[in-house]
Amino acid sequence: MPLKKKKSEKTKIDEILESSRRDFLKKVGIVGAASVAGGAAIYSGYRFEKAKNNEDTIKVLTEDNKLVEIPRDQVKDYKPGLKVFQTRGREGIKGKKWVMVIDLSRCRNARKCVNACQGAHHLRPYEYHINTLAMQESANTPEYFMPKPCQHCDNPPCVSVCPVDATFKRQDGIVLIDNERCIGCRFCMAACPYSARMFHWQEPSATEADKDKQYNVELNVPQKKGTISKCLFSADRLREGLLPYCVSACPNGVFYFGDENENAVTNGTTKETVDLKELLKKNGGYRLMAELGTKPRVYYLPPKNRLFEFKKGPDTEYKETT
Amino acid sequence: MRDTMTGQLLNSGLYKKKVDLVSSDILKNVGISKGFIIWMAFLAIAFGACIFAYTIQLRKGLGVTGLRDITSWGMYIANFVFFVATSLVGMLISCVLGLAGANWIKPIGRIAEIIAVAFAAVAGLVIISDMGRPDRLTYLFIFGRVQSPILWDVSVVTTYFVLSLLLWFLPMIPDLAISKSRLTDQPGFLKKAYDLLSFKWVHHEAQYKILSQAVRILLILVIPTAFAIHTVTSWLFAVTPRAGWDSTIFGPYFVSGAFVSGTAAVIIAMYFFRETYNLRKYLTSDHFEKMGRVLILVSVLYMYFNLNEFLVPGYKLKALDAIHLKELFSGKYAALFWGVQLFGLVIPVLLMLFRSIRKPLPMMLISIIMLAAAWLKRFIIVVPPQAHPFLPVQNFPAEWIIYKPTLIESLVTVASMLLVLIIITVLSKLFPVMPIWELAADETEKETKKM
Repeated sequence: MPLKKKKSEKTKIDEILESSRRDFLKKVGIVGAASVAGGAAIYSGYRFEKAKNNEDTIKVLTEDNKLVEIPRDQVKDYKPGLKVFQTRGREGIKGKKWVMVIDLSRCRNARKCVNACQGAHHLRPYEYHINTLAMQESANTPEYFMPKPCQHCDNPPCVSVCPVDATFKRQDGIVLIDNERCIGCRFCMAACPYSARMFHWQEPSATEADKDKQYNVELNVPQKKGTISKCLFSADRLREGLLPYCVSACPNGVFYFGDENENAVTNGTTKETVDLKELLKKNGGYRLMAELGTKPRVYYLPPKNRLFEFKKGPDTEYKETT
Repeated sequence: MRDTMTGQLLNSGLYKKKVDLVSSDILKNVGISKGFIIWMAFLAIAFGACIFAYTIQLRKGLGVTGLRDITSWGMYIANFVFFVATSLVGMLISCVLGLAGANWIKPIGRIAEIIAVAFAAVAGLVIISDMGRPDRLTYLFIFGRVQSPILWDVSVVTTYFVLSLLLWFLPMIPDLAISKSRLTDQPGFLKKAYDLLSFKWVHHEAQYKILSQAVRILLILVIPTAFAIHTVTSWLFAVTPRAGWDSTIFGPYFVSGAFVSGTAAVIIAMYFFRETYNLRKYLTSDHFEKMGRVLILVSVLYMYFNLNEFLVPGYKLKALDAIHLKELFSGKYAALFWGVQLFGLVIPVLLMLFRSIRKPLPMMLISIIMLAAAWLKRFIIVVPPQAHPFLPVQNFPAEWIIYKPTLIESLVTVASMLLVLIIITVLSKLFPVMPIWELAADETEKETKKM
């Protein structure tokens, strides 16, 4: 899947400029103090500045593709703040329309997707962004397993009902939740027909460990008590050009993920990239509860010619050992 | 409310005598008494204890309630719906009956407004107890989005509360002037309050005219607002696709149900004031007889909407509706469902058809049962539809799947009820509970006609 890594952020150059401005002012202060101290000090200050000018510089590529030179000692690691995360988190990744295809004929309920997701998002074993369900439409139709992430609907009922714009739809199709905004009314949970959302009824399991971390709206980490959490299509991974956690973790090739605009999806297990429309057409792809008009961005391929036997009644109740 | 208070009437000796008479009956209950202090102390202590439960919730999160991902709205939301519902009665009595010219509601109107004010005020507060992040309440105003029915609900409940407060207060201004001159043995702050709130009322013909016009406008404005508050509250559910909530008649279904619980609440309050305030002369047996008829009317209306709400999906039995209705009709909620429908609606209506039942005491008893049933009905509306979402509920701990309200949750709910009682007590004990000037004027007119 041709995911491009984003080079840098707009704010990067701003920060660099800002910091050099600050340094300049500092130096003016030093020079000022030195002039009061006397000529010798002025001289040494002059020498100091001169020495600095000769110092190493480094070439840096700015966001608008300009190569600039700055002193090496002024280079700082770029750490985006909450505002940056929130702004870019709401905008999404330009030009993309993320889409997921789940091949039900391949799922054997390994639950690796669930575990990888819970690990990445610091969730308890019974807190789900993605859950695998044992399904059967009727007595005569086959049983099958169905991984169920958020469907990232194009007409999301959850977003409509949110009173504070905490949950929103991005231009790249992802529905996210900003835990710094959510008031915890749970109207979105009531509205979601896919039961895709979870709520932090208690202190999240990793609160202590995450307490120094910057909140990332594209990861929902640190998780926040009293707010909603949900599947993010691993928006943080997509920003880095990687496949979502669940997609990469699947050992059975269940998940395809990609960009609808490019009409290409990549299988998380085999890393094979295929034509999206053809994949759906050939296999009779469908969307969950299409009749509700929610227009999900997750497609399912029917559990036809299942590659794995449906092992006796699935254990559908959560147990501590899982 | 009375349209005209002519100067002739206001200055007649008979009217003044009647004001003396009525105010001695009404005002003898007004003011701070030993009973009031003991009762308020009791309410305050109980309220404080329940608020302690809420502080636990604040500290530990909503996990101290029985709510979980499957059933994420429970007792708090049911209680909220019940409060909004009950507050609607202010509109029914003062506006619908009042504007239609029903003269007998005069001694009841203010009681109905007290109920409306108390329940609407607390409805606004109880919703906060259901929030995961009550500290972010202001976000509703900073980041509010008009698409969300929650915003509509907040706006209309606030508007209704303000309108009801004005409808309680404005017609009371002449009474406050009367109280000011007569309740001279009350503590200073109360006398000051009467003085301040009566706005130098001098009982002039022109003042009464302005007052009557103002109240008339309010009475008309509050009708759409009242319909809006409960219709919008019903939409919190009806805008979702869930079986049991996905209904086009939820608006009228809720509004008609609201009239039932509100009327029942007013009847209970009437009985209480009649007995403890010794107001049998004003709240006569005939008033209970008439309120009984009102209650029959609104109950039959509500039964009609119940029939629509349950029979039509029950006939079609669409997959998820079938599961939901089976739970109600013969499943886990069957006892509650049929109990509420029979004892809270059908049997009371049948009983009230007998004139001998439409007497104060039996009416009060029936109203208590109907009010309790109304609360439980809201629970049935809110909770069961969440137990069966579209996709199967799997891989959750057992206690996450079935909703059982906890003690803390119940105490916080009790706190809201205590707060309603506190507001009702203050409004009905420190201020005249009936319109003295109106009753006196009506009496005067009646007697002059006789002569």
